[in-house]
Amino acid sequence: MANMHADTHHADHGHQQTFFQRWFLSTNHKDIGTLYLIFSLVMFLVGGSMALVIRAELFQPGLQLVDPSFFNQMTTMHALVMIFGAVMPAFVGLANWMIPLMVGAPDMALPRMNNWSFWIMPFAFALLLMPLALQAFGIGSGSPAGGWTLYPPLSLQGGSNVAFTIFAIHLMGISSIMGAINIIATILNMRAPGMDLLKMPIFVWTWLITAFLLIAVMPVLAGAVTMLLTDKFFGTSFFNAAGGGDPVLYQHVFWFFGHPEVYIMILPAFGIVSEIIPTFARKPLFGYQAMVYATASIAFLSFIVWAHHMFTVGMPLGAELYFMYATMLIAIPTGVKVFNWVTTMWRGSMTFETPMLFALGFVVMFTIGGFSGLMLAMVPADYQYHDTYFVVAHFHYVLVTGAVFGIMAGVYYWLPKWTGHMYNETLGKVHFWGSTIFVNLLFFPQHFLGLAGMPRRIPDYNVAFADFNMWSSIGGFGFGFMQLLFVFIVWKCARGGVKATDRVWEGAKGLEWTVPSPAPHHTFTKPPVIRDEDLSHGDIAH
Amino acid sequence: MKKFRPQHAIAALVAGFGATFAWAAEKAEPWQLNMTPGVTRTAERAYEMHMIMLWICVAIGIVVFGAMAYSILKFRKSKGAVPDKTFVHSTKLEVIWTAIPTLILVVMAYPATVKVIEAYDTKDHEMTVKIVGQQWLWTYEYVGEGVSFTSRLDRESDRLRQSGAVVDANNPNYLLDVDNRLVLPTDTKIRFILTADDVIHAWWVPALGWKSDAIPGIVNEQWTEIREPGIYRGQCAELCGKDHGFMPIVVEAVPKAEFQARLAAMKSANDDTARTASAIPAVAGPQG
Repeated sequence: MANMHADTHHADHGHQQTFFQRWFLSTNHKDIGTLYLIFSLVMFLVGGSMALVIRAELFQPGLQLVDPSFFNQMTTMHALVMIFGAVMPAFVGLANWMIPLMVGAPDMALPRMNNWSFWIMPFAFALLLMPLALQAFGIGSGSPAGGWTLYPPLSLQGGSNVAFTIFAIHLMGISSIMGAINIIATILNMRAPGMDLLKMPIFVWTWLITAFLLIAVMPVLAGAVTMLLTDKFFGTSFFNAAGGGDPVLYQHVFWFFGHPEVYIMILPAFGIVSEIIPTFARKPLFGYQAMVYATASIAFLSFIVWAHHMFTVGMPLGAELYFMYATMLIAIPTGVKVFNWVTTMWRGSMTFETPMLFALGFVVMFTIGGFSGLMLAMVPADYQYHDTYFVVAHFHYVLVTGAVFGIMAGVYYWLPKWTGHMYNETLGKVHFWGSTIFVNLLFFPQHFLGLAGMPRRIPDYNVAFADFNMWSSIGGFGFGFMQLLFVFIVWKCARGGVKATDRVWEGAKGLEWTVPSPAPHHTFTKPPVIRDEDLSHGDIAH
Repeated sequence: MKKFRPQHAIAALVAGFGATFAWAAEKAEPWQLNMTPGVTRTAERAYEMHMIMLWICVAIGIVVFGAMAYSILKFRKSKGAVPDKTFVHSTKLEVIWTAIPTLILVVMAYPATVKVIEAYDTKDHEMTVKIVGQQWLWTYEYVGEGVSFTSRLDRESDRLRQSGAVVDANNPNYLLDVDNRLVLPTDTKIRFILTADDVIHAWWVPALGWKSDAIPGIVNEQWTEIREPGIYRGQCAELCGKDHGFMPIVVEAVPKAEFQARLAAMKSANDDTARTASAIPAVAGPQG
């Protein structure tokens, strides 16, 4: 794929780059975007394999495959790899590729830092995964096994893997913060003349807001895990009750990061879907300004709801009521978004290519995840839901059929622009329908399991939970294998296929569709002249 | 493994719905689809809140997905639909779909608030039980009675889980049995104080309607008043290490008079146990 790209882009390089120069020393936003996306895909498969170990053990009651401590390592690492390795880098990759193209900028504002942001990631994940790999050679006690939230005192029972994990998280945090600074600097300083803030594509808006969330909360996570580090290795007692510390303090600090983090993983997906639905409904996004304000409201609310993850830790009555009300409020801007998407479709002229299918799947299944989220907000019921498979079902609906479906929608949508070829539409549709059927088989029965009383993070369970767990595991393997088809489709599209037009989609609007397909290595070296009819929101009076 | 037969699955689903509406579920049933109303007022409140939310969400879902399905069927290019490019903004609509959800939230918040306030009312309790979580067993103490004991996974479940075999329906209480049950009186307001020795655990019996974290260095307070005698099963709900999945809880609720007799028996047995305290781990069987 790399060589093919190099051939395509000879003309606009001006000089020949070696493979090493192009991919390791790159300061080009498109190449770095590609690197991020490939990295994210690899991590998606690694994290997915861990999920399949979990689902294989849970296929039947009894312990057949792995011992409980390895099972706990898998649940912990699956979450860390998927969150920090798959979902977040995928969005950063899409931002790298598309934001300069969407705002008419020649590149990201800080290209060298961009290179650094990416190249930290492989090292961070080498560090994160090393204890797991060393375990295979009989060295150490394996990965952290105390859950991705790293709650003390349990997380501190790990050995040296605690240090590996914490340093890996520090590195990821540095990478994310630099990426976020770059995105903010690009959006605020590099827009082509005439690209007013309220004319920007909504994907750019959602990323601008997400970048501020990242800068606000990644340092909080770094602080929380640093306190864990000193508690573990330097004798402090931030979270150690025996030394006067408070284990619950960690949970407060962690979720002050953790809840905005949830929106970091969904807001860019909102942006992608808000680009795709108008394109395939052939009608501008309904309520553009309302969508921008709703996104900002969700981001603001995300900072003041953290303790809804902690309704059972024994908070005072007033705190429980406050966090319940604040959490319920999030339903309002989220509802506004869903209503605007549906109204965008209303009186449109829709076609259903693969990106649109994934976007529609996103709206339906994300909304289901939103419903269960609203249910979880209600304290009296949460006393039952908390820490059960109901929660597992909820956050996989918003993260898999939400964030991951959003990313896949975006990849199918922009792939022809990146590669210059159309992907195989039939295979794309097979991928969508297969993924949708299996993902619901995987996660919907988990609602029932949770309501019937199955706690999360257990390697084995009572026979009453056997049937739905078996369904869920079958769904898990089906969904996993469908993603190999996705890899094949992307690979095939990168290698060749029907030549894509510049506009690619009949209803596509925005500056990214005014450049050739594949997008040349350097675009908008001179700022484009912006005509309102090129933009989907050129006339914001509407 | 049994062969899959559709008619069995349908029968089981019907049974599952039946279990859903059973007054008291002592433990989870195969194919159970829903929360149960349990055997306490707290569990009933959780169930009511859950059902209110479920039906409101179903209603909203029908409207939203209905509008979406209608659009997908009606406004397709293949059916000659022409986009109405002027229909892109409406302040009136934005206000409506901000205001109506706000009203719905108020409707939800009212019962939720009442229920939380009720759940926090621990006054007028008649007895106190102290629960201590440890890796990986529970210690119970009837406060002021001088009776305390540990409760851990039963031997048969322990043997089965270490065998690596597939466990089938012949072991209906697999992972849900303990060596020593927590005996509690019915129709008595019981206060619990919860803490932990090592890491955070969570004590959860679904039929009682709540779970509460047991945290080292912190004492949490909860209460229950069980209406029906019976055996109610639950397990640890907060990841607490490798045997987190093997830390069941069994509550045996008995009428008041019987409870007093059982407590007296435990008191006298406790005197014996005190003399042979070192024998307790051997009796309960080795763990992990």
